[in-house]
Amino acid sequence: MDPSIAEDAKGPSWHRSSVSDTAHELRMQVNGVATHLHVEPWTSLLDALRENLGLTGTKRGCDHGQCGACTVLVNGRRINSCLALAALQDGASVTTIEGLAQGDQLSPMQEAFIEADAFQCGFCTPGQICSAMGLLAEGRAKTQDEIREQMSGNLCRCGAYTNILAAVEKVLHSEGKGQHS
Amino acid sequence: MNPSSLIGKEIPRVDGPLKVTGRAHYAADVAVDELLHGYVLSSGIARGWIRKIDTAIASSVQGVVQIYTHENRPDTAWFDRKYRDDDSPQGSPFRPLGSDKILYSGQPIALVVANSLNAARYAASLIEVEYGVEPHVTSLETQREKAFQPGRAKSGYEPPPKPKGNPEEAYAAAPHKIEARYSTAIQHHNPMEPHASTVIRSHDGHLTIYDKTQGVLNCQTYVCNVFNLKKDQVRILSPFVGGAFGSGLRPQYQLFLAVMASLDLQSSVRVMLSRQQMFSFGHRPRSLQKLQMAADEAGNLQAITHEAISETSHFEDYVEQIVGWSGMTYACDNIRLDHKIARLDTYTPLDMRAPGATSGVYALETAIDELAVASGIDPLAFRIKNFTTQHPLKNKPFSSKELLACYEQAAARFGWQARKKEARSMREGRKLIGWGMATGVWEAYQRPASAEAILYGDGRLVVSSATSDFGTGTYTIMTQIAAATLGLPLDAVSFKLGDSSLAEAPLSGGSFTASSVGTAVMKVCEKIRHKVFAMAKKMEGSPFAEQSYEDVEFADGFLHRKSNPAQMLSIASVLSYSGVGSLQEELKAMPDVPKQESHERATHSAFFVEVKVDEDFGTVEVSRVVSAVAAGRIINPLTARSQILGGVVWGISQALHEESYLDHKIGRFMNHDFAEYHIPVQADIKDIDVIFVEEHDEIVNPLGIKGLGEIGIVGVSAAVGNAIFHATGTRLRDLPFTLDKLISSSH
Repeated sequence: MDPSIAEDAKGPSWHRSSVSDTAHELRMQVNGVATHLHVEPWTSLLDALRENLGLTGTKRGCDHGQCGACTVLVNGRRINSCLALAALQDGASVTTIEGLAQGDQLSPMQEAFIEADAFQCGFCTPGQICSAMGLLAEGRAKTQDEIREQMSGNLCRCGAYTNILAAVEKVLHSEGKGQHS
Repeated sequence: MNPSSLIGKEIPRVDGPLKVTGRAHYAADVAVDELLHGYVLSSGIARGWIRKIDTAIASSVQGVVQIYTHENRPDTAWFDRKYRDDDSPQGSPFRPLGSDKILYSGQPIALVVANSLNAARYAASLIEVEYGVEPHVTSLETQREKAFQPGRAKSGYEPPPKPKGNPEEAYAAAPHKIEARYSTAIQHHNPMEPHASTVIRSHDGHLTIYDKTQGVLNCQTYVCNVFNLKKDQVRILSPFVGGAFGSGLRPQYQLFLAVMASLDLQSSVRVMLSRQQMFSFGHRPRSLQKLQMAADEAGNLQAITHEAISETSHFEDYVEQIVGWSGMTYACDNIRLDHKIARLDTYTPLDMRAPGATSGVYALETAIDELAVASGIDPLAFRIKNFTTQHPLKNKPFSSKELLACYEQAAARFGWQARKKEARSMREGRKLIGWGMATGVWEAYQRPASAEAILYGDGRLVVSSATSDFGTGTYTIMTQIAAATLGLPLDAVSFKLGDSSLAEAPLSGGSFTASSVGTAVMKVCEKIRHKVFAMAKKMEGSPFAEQSYEDVEFADGFLHRKSNPAQMLSIASVLSYSGVGSLQEELKAMPDVPKQESHERATHSAFFVEVKVDEDFGTVEVSRVVSAVAAGRIINPLTARSQILGGVVWGISQALHEESYLDHKIGRFMNHDFAEYHIPVQADIKDIDVIFVEEHDEIVNPLGIKGLGEIGIVGVSAAVGNAIFHATGTRLRDLPFTLDKLISSSH
């Protein structure tokens, strides 16, 4: 689907509705692309990304802000997109898992996740990686225990936690070195 | 197999790049034009019938296309056998929207189909239901007297064998003995990906279905049987599965509902369950267990009696192997095992990671610890003393059992020799420290499986089988096995799975995918290898004209003479000379049953656990785990280690966190979300060390693989409980060990 224009209520021809009376117009930068769409007042950012923009890298694990699978970066901050209303994100810059690599060049965090085998099924991984990017930007986590605490909003049922920790720690330390050099 | 091969190398997952970029598409992710969305309404009562279901208001919601209930559901197959699948217990499988009867709380009672997910979800909330309520029973404790012997109610389940010796007499006569009751909790699989099915209908009526499953062929057969379709009309795909742990072993009701709606509306339909609905089909059953064990003065086991009762539904007889492990793990001459099941008004339980063993070995390994304490012997020394290389009930030798090496290596790394024997003897400030350990065991199976291989003229190899990878590493290890067998670089090989049009493979479960599909992949690649050699031998001026197959090695895309590696031909040049564009083979690998049956085949492990217990608050932290695993040949230590890490996390979860709480008054799981169904978060998991001990086994299968999916969890919860006892002197016997139990037991 073309991410630049997407209608809410994209459906079968016999029921396709035009933009409804209650819809809000919404402009966001999504992964660096100017995006213009119409959403209902109750549409979550998660639904807008998945259902309207076809960005299904962001996962629905619980829809209640309990698992972190839907974590994305909004203006650089990590949030649960299932708990955010899309209509309130007008003007926001949203980064999803699809926006982290430059072409085939993976970001250091993505590389570190592969190298440390920081996932098994991969379903929580987009949320883990976006959350880890948010954690780095926050700059509060220095120790293993602080990383553990501050990554605890992202559940991993495969139990890859020790490897996720290793991946985040590696990037955190290499970035730290980069800043000092 | 090529000695300088990729087997045993730490290869990063070949599907890693797709998974870290969001390009791995799971069942609800595929983009489909003109897709309808289904949303399920779940029953609010546990038993009774639907007196009235009013969909009028819901139907008026803009975007709603159709609402299905038992009153207007399209007809499906009549006979029960049409609804059975490869993991069905005996009984009458559940039929979604099959009648007005309510069999359990959370049962699907309506499907709203709309042109957007939001519309479907909203409309479902507007359906009015009037129930006729009947009394229900969801407490296993109240059904003890009605428990019955299930017989061979489920394929793969062996009823406990006849008793050996005279356990009652031996127990009475022995100087050291224990008798205790243990219980395990209901758990739900809760993979991170909720179950979903996307049915894509082509203009000619063919269905391409992305489903969350551990068996694409199982789902294809089910859909064809239930909806009277031909196999060539239904293709099931599951290239990526967001965790399963057993939840994808049976076709779940979202598949039925999505296909039903798609056929009826002649449209593409997606149905995804909510997290709450992930508590509405299948779970690890609760178990109530009793163990009596006795030892002589020297600590030799004299008697083992293990009895268990677990639950099933009113419509199927689910049973899993809970007590059998007590008859195979230690040397003992007097053993009696018994397992009964009792009916509750819940959905049928469902195999969940290491089904049976997770519950039964928990009780066994706790009881062993209790008996070691009663005998005044170190728990590790007690286990070593009672080690056996023979299955005590079947009198068969194990094909391999490097359990002693597991004990030795894990104990050394953990520092077990520094353990103080007495409980409450180790402290760190206000925290009590405890060290506990346990043994783990799981069976090493091989099932018939097929694979296809196509070697192209440019040296690329594509291997495929209708198996699964739900985080298990199948893509990666099959690529390694194929590349190693044909001596190709890893990036010249790709492996395809999760597609019902591929070569036949069994359900992925029970830790037998690597051994079964791995053997098929190796053998089909060997077949290609033979063909390539035969072609190379016939080439004009071939360096192999006088050579036999055994004289040649395949490496780096070339055939080499072993005696003179400079004498070589590229695989690509052989194909090109012979004028064939590609070589294609399919092969079914069968287990060597007579060879395998002459031995007992199992994986083993040892877990050493340190806990820190805050006595004032009753909180327990698992600060350190050292695990050692004897699982035959390890194909990829990187992904293998992850399998064990995951298992250990599950074991910690079973020990401290996880329980589905039933409110028996309303017969419903109360904590049906991730806020209240506790699984470990990042902060709960500290150091976990994994050791793979050397184990060679030529009996289990030609590759010597035993499988790793289950062995990481079995026994961990007992090791945690044994460590808690060592820390506090309090013996907990009812999982999970939550702080209320610890505090109330220690006062």
